[in-house]
Amino acid sequence: MLDLLSPGLLAELDCSSPHLNSGCGFPAPTTEIFVFHPVWQFTILGIDFSIGKPMIMALMFSILIVVFFVLAFGRAKVVPSKLQSVGELGYLFVRDQISRETIGKSGDKFIPFLFALFFFIFVMNFLEILPGAQLPVTSIYAFPVALALMVWVVYMYLGVRHQGPWGFFRNMMFPPGVPVPIYFILSPIELISNVIVRPFTLSIRLFANMFAGHILLTVFTVATLYLMNVSVMGILGSTTSFLMTIIMTAFELLIEFLQAYIFTLLTASYIAGSLHAEH
Amino acid sequence: MIELLADAAGVTGNLKILGAVGYGLAAIGPGVGIGIIFGNGVQAIARQPEAYGVIRQNMFIGFALAEALALLGFVAPFVFGG
Repeated sequence: MLDLLSPGLLAELDCSSPHLNSGCGFPAPTTEIFVFHPVWQFTILGIDFSIGKPMIMALMFSILIVVFFVLAFGRAKVVPSKLQSVGELGYLFVRDQISRETIGKSGDKFIPFLFALFFFIFVMNFLEILPGAQLPVTSIYAFPVALALMVWVVYMYLGVRHQGPWGFFRNMMFPPGVPVPIYFILSPIELISNVIVRPFTLSIRLFANMFAGHILLTVFTVATLYLMNVSVMGILGSTTSFLMTIIMTAFELLIEFLQAYIFTLLTASYIAGSLHAEH
Repeated sequence: MIELLADAAGVTGNLKILGAVGYGLAAIGPGVGIGIIFGNGVQAIARQPEAYGVIRQNMFIGFALAEALALLGFVAPFVFGG
């Protein structure tokens, strides 16, 4: 039996679309599925722009979000039209559940930022399960990094402006009501945790959830095709894989919404911490 | 460096499997943590059902923060192993 798997036979196998008993192993998805060849490549002032699938989808759906909300709120009436009602659902969710809970009424001027952040992340995440696109744009690490850096600049600037440069770091590193020897351990940890680790975990949380979700869906989809065979193992395995793909798609929808909500909520929480010093 | 250690110890075979073992170990802590979060959340809801909305929000915040660590463990082999 092992003779069948001799190197001579394996060398003649064509593994471009492998199936269960063909001698080719399971083609597990690697990080290669996140590499996209550029559709359009140009250079401006020495900076290389490669427009590939993630960039095209990010631009297209950003424009879609803007167009949708301009249509919904463009001519807002007191008795809302249908599109305005749907838009209001989204806006009131960000205002009541995220901004008013964490920052309170005084933070109403930050709602546009939080609103844009929430819907941008949610739509970019949603592309993971949209047929045709099927790539969560936020699983390209550059997008969460850019968002996290924006949030970092916002809460650092707000903290320095509202509490003064020395006041901001003093309130962060030396909270009142702590015995003096503890300050030697607490202050460096607080400084590193609030200034350096926060943008890192913010971006990694969003990126890793979308990255893992995309690989998960890819594994189940490839397994459905790989296990398609007339044997018992083939029928059982293929059907189970297909069911798991469907269940995982629903699960990914929940995770996408949750990650957008968490990112926005943590942003609001950091802004609140910068505006009012935590006592 | 890990190849040198493996050669010294006499280990043969593919070392990429270490990434999978690493993720398995990394998933223990967050698994326990998420269980604690939701267990206490369910108890809190049982004690005071009218606070359901507040408790659910806080449960999901805690879940996302704990889940981030497990997913960091999933992504780390890709970052360090190529």
